Amino acid sequence: MVRTIVNGVEHELDVWPGASLLGMLRDDLELAGSKNACEQGECGSCSVWLDGDLVCSCLVPAIQADGAAVRTVESLADGGTLHTVQDAFLRAGAVQCGFCIPGLVVATADLLEREADPSDETIREALAGNLCRCTGYQKILEAVHLAAEELS
Amino acid sequence: MSTTRVTSVRDGIGESARRIDGVPKVTGDYAYASDLRVERMLWGVTVRSPHASARIAAIDIQAAAGSPGVAAVLTAADVPGRKTFGLEFCDQPVLAEDVVRYVGEPVALVAAETLEQARQAATAVTVEYELLPSVTDMAEALRPDAPRVHAFGNVLRHIHILHGEPDTAEVDVWIDGYYETAMQDQAALGPEGGLAVPAADGGIDLYIATQWLHVDRQQIAPCLGLPEEKVRVTLAGVGGAFGSREDLHMQVHASMLALRTRRAVKIAYGREESFHGHVHRHPSRIWIRYGATRDGRLVAADVRLLLDGGAYASSSPAVISNASTFAPGPYEVPNVRVEGTVVYTNNPPCGAMRGFGAPQVCFAHEGAMDQLAAELGIDPIELRLRNAVRTGSVLPTGQVLAGSAPVREVIERCVAMPLPEEEPTAGRDPISYPGGAGNVSRGESLQRGVGFAVGYKNIAYSEGFDDAAEATVTVRPTADGPVASIRTAAVEYGQGLYTILAQIVRTELGVDEVVVEPATTTENDSAGSTSASRQTTMSGGAVLGACQEIKRALADRPLDEPISRTFTYHHRKTTELDEHGQGDPHVAFAFAAERAVVEVDVELGLVRVVQVAAVQDAGRVLNPQGATGQVEGGTAMGLGLAVMEEIQLAEGAIRNASFTDYLIPTILDAPPIVTEFVEVPEPDAPFGVKGIGELATVVATPAVVAALRAATGRALNRAPATPEDIVGLRGPAESGERAPIPNVPGQKAIPEYLGLGLGQQELMKARE
Repeated sequence: MVRTIVNGVEHELDVWPGASLLGMLRDDLELAGSKNACEQGECGSCSVWLDGDLVCSCLVPAIQADGAAVRTVESLADGGTLHTVQDAFLRAGAVQCGFCIPGLVVATADLLEREADPSDETIREALAGNLCRCTGYQKILEAVHLAAEELS
Repeated sequence: MSTTRVTSVRDGIGESARRIDGVPKVTGDYAYASDLRVERMLWGVTVRSPHASARIAAIDIQAAAGSPGVAAVLTAADVPGRKTFGLEFCDQPVLAEDVVRYVGEPVALVAAETLEQARQAATAVTVEYELLPSVTDMAEALRPDAPRVHAFGNVLRHIHILHGEPDTAEVDVWIDGYYETAMQDQAALGPEGGLAVPAADGGIDLYIATQWLHVDRQQIAPCLGLPEEKVRVTLAGVGGAFGSREDLHMQVHASMLALRTRRAVKIAYGREESFHGHVHRHPSRIWIRYGATRDGRLVAADVRLLLDGGAYASSSPAVISNASTFAPGPYEVPNVRVEGTVVYTNNPPCGAMRGFGAPQVCFAHEGAMDQLAAELGIDPIELRLRNAVRTGSVLPTGQVLAGSAPVREVIERCVAMPLPEEEPTAGRDPISYPGGAGNVSRGESLQRGVGFAVGYKNIAYSEGFDDAAEATVTVRPTADGPVASIRTAAVEYGQGLYTILAQIVRTELGVDEVVVEPATTTENDSAGSTSASRQTTMSGGAVLGACQEIKRALADRPLDEPISRTFTYHHRKTTELDEHGQGDPHVAFAFAAERAVVEVDVELGLVRVVQVAAVQDAGRVLNPQGATGQVEGGTAMGLGLAVMEEIQLAEGAIRNASFTDYLIPTILDAPPIVTEFVEVPEPDAPFGVKGIGELATVVATPAVVAALRAATGRALNRAPATPEDIVGLRGPAESGERAPIPNVPGQKAIPEYLGLGLGQQELMKARE
């Protein structure tokens, strides 16, 4: 049994012992925003916060969320109002197929919580674990700067 | 379970309208195929061959069928209808029956209550294989004594193009080049997946990620033994495609399991299975000779081209045709011979990928043009400018280039862009060095190099194929003003098609709010494939046509009730190639050039691409932000093939079927990309537009490798150029003997002469 708080809501879940945190989010809680694209922590599409730390949820056993608080991409928008990072990704044109975007939005929000005005180098290093096949990353870089400006 | 209906309220043609599907994509609400679920659905899993060539002696499903939670275990005997499918020929078994021809070929299916139960049961399916000889080398496949992948032999299609008199033309200088490109994976971030729901009428409702709903249905229905109207296909969210979703993957499998169990079945591939579950970019070997005058006029080109098609036809016949017609490059060459062959091997099937045959030959002709420039002592840009095609040029197929062809402007604007500033070799942020994140260099042995490439590609389908597109536009009066909706079966998979279609409606009808309804086979006829850089022209043309009809209808009356018009857009007719490869095969052409600046650590073989300058011939740019996004993303994909991307095979087995081992560019690898567009409207195209989805990928690979040659002084003739190649631990790829010209009855694909099952093209033609 896993007792966990996901996006502020308490859950008590009887999950399969081999389940990853990603599997628990997607299959048990039907929070499909976190994506499964590589299953081995290479692509960042499943990025979430576990007790405030950015993790690839595909690499974290669900049981590790027991007694912990999880925050996912679904927590970022406030009702109909997008999070600043989400809005910046749209304005910059950083979204194409979109499959990597929930993970990138979470990783960017995490970066900007730690560093208000990151340099290109800092952004590249921080997002090096998030693969995108559509954009070539240029507009993602622009989106992060846009969001940083907006938040400052 | 639902697919996503999207609405947009701002901006018309020429503006950077926000993505119509952008909000659900940033919030995580957008429903991709792998996100779909319904109550009581089962999970499907595919059992695949571990062998490249083997006879199936027996399959024992008893243990699997008795495993916990299992609802069905199916083999080839359970395929309800036709046992094979295929885009151009039905040569690919739904499930292998007597033999397997590649590692990863589907052999059996399992459905169970949970994914884990299905996976467990799949391991309990026992298949007894008797190994057969295999051929996994494309040159060996042409030898008379090679093992035969199919009973009729290993030649899938040979294209012969003869134009002018290449053997006797007066030439001052010949140069010989040999080039190779690796098997590349599309690596769309969203793996294959979908949901099949059995219907009360005995049919099936399918929710899938694909590139062409109607051609999927054409292939699925016969295999299920159902009439087409009982196979209803709806588009789910598509997490990228790049050609990988043109062929069927899980569609028939999930449907078979759903029809058997009378329950909804979901199949969602993981990354490893995705590598086995879709086609790849053809590896190529290209022998190219250019003959020129001393003053740098191309006189002749002689190209021998060999592509590895893998175990099944997929779209290989069209890919070899494309590659062959573009092999001499976007240059006026009066005397041309091209001999292009695609062979069957026991490697994974290859098919469509962004560029569709153009990237391989562009890598070769641009490398050869640099060779020729060096031989003649002429600046390589000047050499290209002297020979570039223009409107009115005669192409190697005899086709007269009738549309816009601003090749010189594309080249000149590309090289006119300012070069990035030189950087000091010491004292930089470590991350800015090649291999920077690995912290392996302080800039001790850096060399900078600049490379250039120009290329071209066709728009829409070729060789006489009428890939028409239908769309319906409806306008309704509401209290808040008119609202328009678009219904189309065209697939949006990230490139921004639906946003463009909405922009067209806003501009044409002056309506602010435009809704794009989910794409399905039940409401509209085919829109053709989202591929071949064709949808902005084709579905854009259909939406424009429908809008114009609505405008005419409303010219003399107010909008007091809903009005709806359906329009079908056809491109101009093209022809097949005759026995000498002559004809009028392509609808229209777009051109692009890129200049790459690289920095190489020549001792470690590490590369940083410093900048790419890209110029794209676009006809007319409908959405500047979306268009630059296409160029930037396409460039990154071509850069990947230049320096890192390669599916590595051992006896036909993929050794690197993961994102740990198959590397695609990260944000650390991606350079700043400066993009400009040349806008010379294409006659006859809606708004004068040209599709731009593929060309950046085509030219990026040769531009980056040319820059590596300039930096290292090495004759790098293979993409990707690996660290071993760059430091010289491995010499250039060896040309060996030129591929022999196979003895074939003509230009068509061999299965066509044998009357083997009809595929997409013949089915579509049969309906005309």
